[in-house]
Amino acid sequence: METNRDTTGNDQAVSLKELTKRFGNFTAVDNITLDVKKGEIFGFLGPNGAGKSTTIRMLCGILTPTSGSGSVANFDIVRDSESIKASIGYMSQKFSLYEDLTVEENIDFYSGIYKIPADKKQVRKEWVIGMAGLAEHRLTRTAFLSGGWKQRLALGCAILHEPPVIFLDEPTSGVDPISRRNFWDLIYHLAEQGVTVFVTTHYMDEAEYCDRLGLIYRGGLIALGTPEELKTRFMAEEVIEVICDIPHEAMEHIEKLAGIRHAALFGRGLHVVAENSGVAIPAIAEILGGQNLAVSRIEKIIPSLEDVFVSLIEASDREQAPQREFTK
Amino acid sequence: MCRACRGIPLYAPLLAGTGACPLHILRRKVMNLLRVKAVAKKEFIHILRDPRSLGMGIAMPMLLLFLFGYALTLDVDRVPLIVWDQNNTPASRELVSRFSGSRYFALYRHADNYRDIERAINRRDALIAIIIPSNFAKLVESGRKAPVQALLDGSDPNTATYALGYAESVSRSYSRDINLRILRRVSGIEPEFGHLDVRPRVWFNTDMVSRNYLFPGLIAVIMMIIAALLTSLTVAREWETGTMEQLISTPLKGSELILGKVVPYFVIGILDLILSVLVGEFIFDIPLHGSLWLLFAMSVIFLTGALSLGVLISIIARNQLVASQLALVATMLPAFLLSGFIFPIDNMPAPVQGITYIVTARYFVKILRDIYLKDAGLAIMAGEAGLLLIFSIAAIAVSIRMFRKKIE
Repeated sequence: METNRDTTGNDQAVSLKELTKRFGNFTAVDNITLDVKKGEIFGFLGPNGAGKSTTIRMLCGILTPTSGSGSVANFDIVRDSESIKASIGYMSQKFSLYEDLTVEENIDFYSGIYKIPADKKQVRKEWVIGMAGLAEHRLTRTAFLSGGWKQRLALGCAILHEPPVIFLDEPTSGVDPISRRNFWDLIYHLAEQGVTVFVTTHYMDEAEYCDRLGLIYRGGLIALGTPEELKTRFMAEEVIEVICDIPHEAMEHIEKLAGIRHAALFGRGLHVVAENSGVAIPAIAEILGGQNLAVSRIEKIIPSLEDVFVSLIEASDREQAPQREFTK
Repeated sequence: MCRACRGIPLYAPLLAGTGACPLHILRRKVMNLLRVKAVAKKEFIHILRDPRSLGMGIAMPMLLLFLFGYALTLDVDRVPLIVWDQNNTPASRELVSRFSGSRYFALYRHADNYRDIERAINRRDALIAIIIPSNFAKLVESGRKAPVQALLDGSDPNTATYALGYAESVSRSYSRDINLRILRRVSGIEPEFGHLDVRPRVWFNTDMVSRNYLFPGLIAVIMMIIAALLTSLTVAREWETGTMEQLISTPLKGSELILGKVVPYFVIGILDLILSVLVGEFIFDIPLHGSLWLLFAMSVIFLTGALSLGVLISIIARNQLVASQLALVATMLPAFLLSGFIFPIDNMPAPVQGITYIVTARYFVKILRDIYLKDAGLAIMAGEAGLLLIFSIAAIAVSIRMFRKKIE
């Protein structure tokens, strides 16, 4: 429907403005505003139940927002929700192909649904089978496929019609690491061809692969930026890496110090989150020295995404706790 | 110009002013048959790979047909009878032989006390007991009233009523013969009575076999149950397994999904109909007097409505358990109880009769009986056929309207 298109030619593939969804008293998505550029891989990061799936469902036109607006491929998510559906590929969290149908039958079914022209049908089918590595399992019922195969087949069926925007809701949960790596290679490949990818995850390593990230917690967007920006700008505290003897014992002593938010085991050492590293480093060195724990390294480091994530969530909890107390 | 066909000459004259040719407007706005085909094909595969739905679709109707065909009969004959003849004279023995000789009674045995009678009735060895008093012959000879006791098992009132009626007519004809005999003996002449002589002739179900009457109704009930029970699961199942979430994120329209889902079950329904007619013809000897084509045409209309009702239930329920329960209550029970299939609608209390008007099986049962037994033409059943058609169209329309491509 040409008439509904935004003719200003903006390059936003996905745009959310104050998008909100409430289920009764529960606010699942709270006032989220963000834009995703064409060809970008946008990662939506957050713990389970934070509102990631709800947001994606609204963007796919299968859930009506309570308030706010949004557009996908220049179609309004409320008014043109049906037009959106021809321009997107959606892969839901749960495997949603037919388990009693074979690989080929599932592909043929979605080919029919997306009205793939007869002359392209075979080419697209072979592309999906090749991409998913299912050449030897064409006639296998999907119930018998392993997780990695299922997930690549589901992706293949969702993008049979070569949509400009794809939404992937935790596509790699329950999939082995090698399959996950392969899956991300595929996503990169699609993005290179100009496809916009909106993906949710709670794997920190996957978040690093994204061009930009949005951090969502309790329905609200608490940080937005590239992985680099998140690590350098968003964290109020500093992270100190401590490598020492008997780290779990050292951890107990460090956590008692003033100005230390928390300490956690990380690899062979500890990651300590402190308000001020200039004050904390000498204090840590002193207390560990007093306990006769040999320290081989103690220095300020660039935080990992996980550090940033945990710190932002704790900050958000601190902010909201008094409010919740009050509203009770 | 139409973007879909880009000036194919066939549609060219229609393009002016409309922006698109009608065929493509129809495809875009209403439904695309390619998508319907894709859905129908997928549904067929589901059915063929699921032995349960295949069994329910083909084996269950056959089971019902044979079960009801053999077991269900409203004919009351050979009612088991126990007799206590206290008189034991030629007169009393004649009365007993009139009972045991009629096709309606079968003599179970003679008794000589009430205990035996009671036990026989309790154990359902006998449904009726006739007790002839010891002064029976004397009373009969003297032209006085001779009381004969009949004890009935009223726990099945239907059969008891029939049995009592038969007993009365047997004793009535016996008393008439006695009266004649007395009159002849007293007056010495052959009496002439101007009594009524009814010569009954039964039309349509000439032998008055209740199976001939029940069987056509049975087809209606089976089709209703199968159609609604099977389809009531299809949409709900997709919501439960999560495949619906994927489907509603595609451009597939509700009308395409619903039609695609109905097609395979329609084929099963027609298959069931063919099997039913064949079983009726060759196994139960139910004569089909009317037109086979009319039978099929009416069945197509009824089946469409029944299938759409099942889909509608499935759409509303979104859960297989709820859907099947709802289908049971909304289709199976009314089709059984309120369609006139077994229980005559005329005998129901007025409010219940009112309800039967919205039970579509009622119209179809009537139509099937008219075709099977009376060779009735379309003109006679036009009213019922019209109502069925309206219901079917409404059921499809409501299903399409109720189907939301949204979660919640």
